[in-house]
Formats: sequence, structure tokens, C-alpha cells
Amino acid sequence: MQSLIQLEKITKTYKIGTIEVHALRGVDLSIQPNEYISIMGPSGSGKSTLMNIIGCLDSPTSGSYFLEDELVSTMDDDKLAEVRNRKIGFVFQTFNLLPRASALHNVELPLIYSGIHANKRKVIAEEALEKVNLSDRKNHRPNELSGGQKQRVAIARALVNNPSLILADEPTGNLDSTTGKEIMSVFDDLHKAGNTIILVTHEKEVAQHANRIVHILDGNVAEDIQVKKP
Amino acid sequence: MISILISLWENILIALRALAQNKLRAVLTTLGIIIGVLTVVSVASIIAGLNKGFSSQISALGSNTLFIHKYPWIIKDDFFKYRNRPDITMKDAEYLIEHSKLAESIAPATGTSRDIKFRNNSLSDIGVAGVTMEHELIEGYTIADGRYFTQTEIDRNKPSCVIGWEIKEKLFKEQHPIGERIKIGDVSYLVIGVMEKRGSLLGHNLDSEVYVPIGTVFKNFGSRRSIRILVKVPSPEMIDEVKDEIRFLLRVSRKLKPQEEDNFSINQQEMLTNMYKQLTGGLYTAAFGIGTLSLLVGGIGIMNIMLVSVAERRKEIGIRKALGAKRRVITFQFIIESIIICSVGGIIAIFFSFLISLVIDKITPFPSSVPIWSVFMGLGFSTFVGLFFGIYPARRAAKLDPIECLRYE
Repeated sequence: MQSLIQLEKITKTYKIGTIEVHALRGVDLSIQPNEYISIMGPSGSGKSTLMNIIGCLDSPTSGSYFLEDELVSTMDDDKLAEVRNRKIGFVFQTFNLLPRASALHNVELPLIYSGIHANKRKVIAEEALEKVNLSDRKNHRPNELSGGQKQRVAIARALVNNPSLILADEPTGNLDSTTGKEIMSVFDDLHKAGNTIILVTHEKEVAQHANRIVHILDGNVAEDIQVKKP
Repeated sequence: MISILISLWENILIALRALAQNKLRAVLTTLGIIIGVLTVVSVASIIAGLNKGFSSQISALGSNTLFIHKYPWIIKDDFFKYRNRPDITMKDAEYLIEHSKLAESIAPATGTSRDIKFRNNSLSDIGVAGVTMEHELIEGYTIADGRYFTQTEIDRNKPSCVIGWEIKEKLFKEQHPIGERIKIGDVSYLVIGVMEKRGSLLGHNLDSEVYVPIGTVFKNFGSRRSIRILVKVPSPEMIDEVKDEIRFLLRVSRKLKPQEEDNFSINQQEMLTNMYKQLTGGLYTAAFGIGTLSLLVGGIGIMNIMLVSVAERRKEIGIRKALGAKRRVITFQFIIESIIICSVGGIIAIFFSFLISLVIDKITPFPSSVPIWSVFMGLGFSTFVGLFFGIYPARRAAKLDPIECLRYE
């Protein structure tokens, strides 16, 4: 089977003043389509850096990254933006919605950047909101929504461009446990519907939703366990 | 092309949304732009108004008429130099009439002011113009009622008068003035005609005058006065030729030695139009100076506020970039925002220009109207300032690192 994500000897080195910080020290990882995977690790482990690279927000210092057989590790800023737009749906811990835009407009954003016509855009965005049961809140602004609702809007936004991959960074970190469970069941459903999901988390309970758990420690993959049959 | 238009519209909406959150800041920011555009457009409208009124009035003087006066119209040096000149007299006029071969017609004229009275109605300080037959032609008088003077009346200094339109209205009201007698000063005059409405010339109301044979002015109101002589030139091309002839004749008649300066002035409309052009040219230069300076200051203000805006909205920029906004999309978004701020300033300025122009038109004697080119120029300049000073902040926004932006709270 062709890999969705193929990471080979990925390193990332930051320079802070004259000191070099090795965030990633040669990570090899491959992820198949429709996998449900958790990436865990303590802070400072390099897990965020890995997530940024997988999410095409950052480029590795060395190594190669293939996303659906496309070499993205050497792409420039604008190419990466295009890949993010087409292939990756982000869900963040802090939701990252535009505060003054309606739920619908927030969901429309990725479609704006892929150049889809306004009328069509609205239809697609409304469908996405329906999938997360928020059709009745489409004209509300983020500050008129509860935490769980905000995260649902963010998920709808992540889904709207039919991405190859949903990348969720601590998606329940800012939610109470009941709401957190709700959101996790949304991810479970998305996985069942055929989406590939990567959860970045340090909560065991959250990580347990995935079929495979990857532990990152000191810039390397420390453990890679298949916990459930896919 | 269509997608560019769509994204343009998209960006305009985004910009308007962003500006709506900071209305006061946006307006304050555009103050420089507003002042700049307001200055230029207002001055342009004032000058356009002047052009309409003032210069058409100057041209009413006639481009083919010379005016011989004791004083030049525009005195740039010492006034007292001219005060010692001998008065222009009827003798000068008669000499010119006798000897000039080029002039179409020559008319001496003088004037004074007196109170005038008809029965119990009186008007004070009314201009009394001493005229000859030739004036009818040179000044282009048209008579609304009655008739103009006859040669005999002029030659014999008959106490007859033609009255201006407004004099008739004020003095006679509904009565028919022809054949009535009015008192000009202490002298009784017979009204023989009413002048057609003439309007005003350089702020001087031509309808509030009475016209009498020139000789009666000397006879009744004192003979020691400087007159002026109007010389009508057959065609505008001959004006310099006629001027030379008149100058020569006057120098001969006044027995001036070759090294002596002229002791009279030959004025013409051109002198006023030149002065007018200089004046308005100066106004334009000043307005453009102030305008440019304000636009520059305004532009720097815009740049500053856009930099603040970029810094404040790092999170938003991060989100947009994460979701797939390319550099040029972000650049475009912020440039559009900057252009819109400036254009709004331009529009506000133009609105106020119309208001100012209206006020000037209503409360001052000068007509004023905003010329359409100045509206476009004002909008064009403000848009350009928005574009120019928006580029740097926008590019800075576009280059921001999405990861750091997303981390920003």
C-alpha cells in the first residue's frame, strides 16, 4: 500500500543565539491512509516540531517528507501554503477561529484560498457544518459559541476542503471532560468515515482513541505501537 | 481574471470588516489624507469658481479696448510716483480723437458719485458716469426703455440721464421713469432711458449707476478731475499697434522729451488676466504644496497604523496562512485594507469639499464649484498613497512565520 505520509531521517535544528537546539534528530515515520494515530510526548520532546513539519507549516533542516508521493520537504512558502490548503485540515487546541467572522465564514476560509466561487463555497461550508451538527449556529460568532461548539466549527473548517489528513493538536486541551469526549467521538466518526487522523496529545485517554500511538522523546520516535486492529 | 475580481471583492469585504472594528482609529489615521485632499480639492473648486465668474468679468472689459488712465491698474512700485502725473484731461481726449488713425473709436469718460432723488425717494452715493456717444458702442450698452443720448445732448451738455436697471427699480418702483425728473446732487436731470441689466464687473454693480453727458459732470460737479479715455481697437490683433500710436500721440500732445517717462498709463484687459493667472497659479502651487505634504504625512501615518494592525493581527495572519493563504494573498489583503482606509479618507475629504464649496458659494460673492477632475484626482491620490504606503506593512505581514503567528495570543 502506498503511504500517505513518508518521513525519512527528518531533523530540525533551531538556532537560539549561538546555541543549536536539535528538536528532531532523524525521525522515520510512515502513515497509511485512513490511519488513526496519536503522537504523544512530553513538552520539549519535539512533538510540536514534528506536528508542524507534518502539517507543512515548517520545513525540516534535513531529511525528506513525502505527502502522497509529493516531496514537500523542499517546497517554498507558497507551495507549502497550497499543500496545506488542499491536503491538510487543522484542528487546534485554542480553536484558532477568526473572532469577528461568523461560523460559516470561518468554515469558508480554506475554500476562499482555493479559489472556489462564493455560491458554491457557501453550500460546501454549510454541508461541513451539518456534519458537525452546527447548522443552526452558522451565523454565530465564535464568542457566541461554547468551547465544544467552537471546536466543532474548527473541525468543520478542517473537513471542508476534503483533506487527505486531519491534524489535531491537543483538540480537547481547552475543553472540559464531557465536551472533550464529545469532540473525540466526532473524530472517531470521521475516522470511520474514511479520514486519516493524526492526534497530537499528551493525554493518555485521548490518545487511546487512536489505533496506533507514537511516542516521541528527545527528538526521536521512542515507541510506535499498534494498539488496535485498524 | 474572474478569480482576481472575486479575491479583490473578498479582500474588500475582509478589509471593511477589519476597519469596522476600528472606525475611530481608521478615521483618525486618514486625517492627513483628508486634509491633503480637502486642501487641493477646495482650492481647485474656489479657483474654478473664480474662473467662472471673475475671468468672464474681466473679459467683459473687452480684449480690444485700451483704457488710458493716470494710474496703471497694477501698481508694483511707488504709488506717489504716479500721483504727481498730470491728470488726463478732455484736451488729451480731443487730441487723440483728432489725430488717431488706427483707433476705431475713442471715448473720454469720467465719473463721480452723488445722492439721487426722485420725489420722496432717495438713494445715496450713486455712481454718476459721464459718457459720450461712443460709449454706447464701446461698452455695448443696450437700452431697455426710452433711448440713449443724441449727439446734440452730449455736445450741449443737456441735463438728461439714462439710469441703470436697479436705480429704476429702487427709485421708481412701479412708476414709469421716462420723462420724469430726478435730482442728481442738487441738479435736476430728465430721465430719457433705462439701461438693460448689466450685472457686475469686478465686484462693482453696473446696474446701480446713472449716465449723463460727460460735459455736465464738469459743469455741475466740478471740472478739476482726471478723466479716463477708452480706445476701441478694430481687432484684437491690432492692439499693440494702436497702443503704440496712442502712446506716441499722447507723448507728442504732452510735449514729453525722449528721455522722459510716460506720464500716463495705457491699461488693457491682458494686465488683469495676467495678474489673475499669477494669483491663481500661486494658489495652486500653495495648495499642491500643502496637499502633497499632508498626503506624505498621512501616508506615513497609514504605514504606521498598518504596521500596528499587522502586529495586532498576527494570530489572524497565522490562521489564514495555516489554512492556505499564500504570501501574495496576505499582501493583497493588507494593501487593499490600506487603500480602503485612504480612499475612505479621500471620500470624506471630497464630501467636505462639496460642503465648503457650497458654503463659499452661498456666503461669499464668489461662485464656487467642485471641478470633476479634482474629485478624480483627490480619489486617485488617496488611493495611490494607500497603495504606496501599504506595500511595506503588507509585505511584512506576508512574510510572517505561521507557526509563530499561531502561538501569538
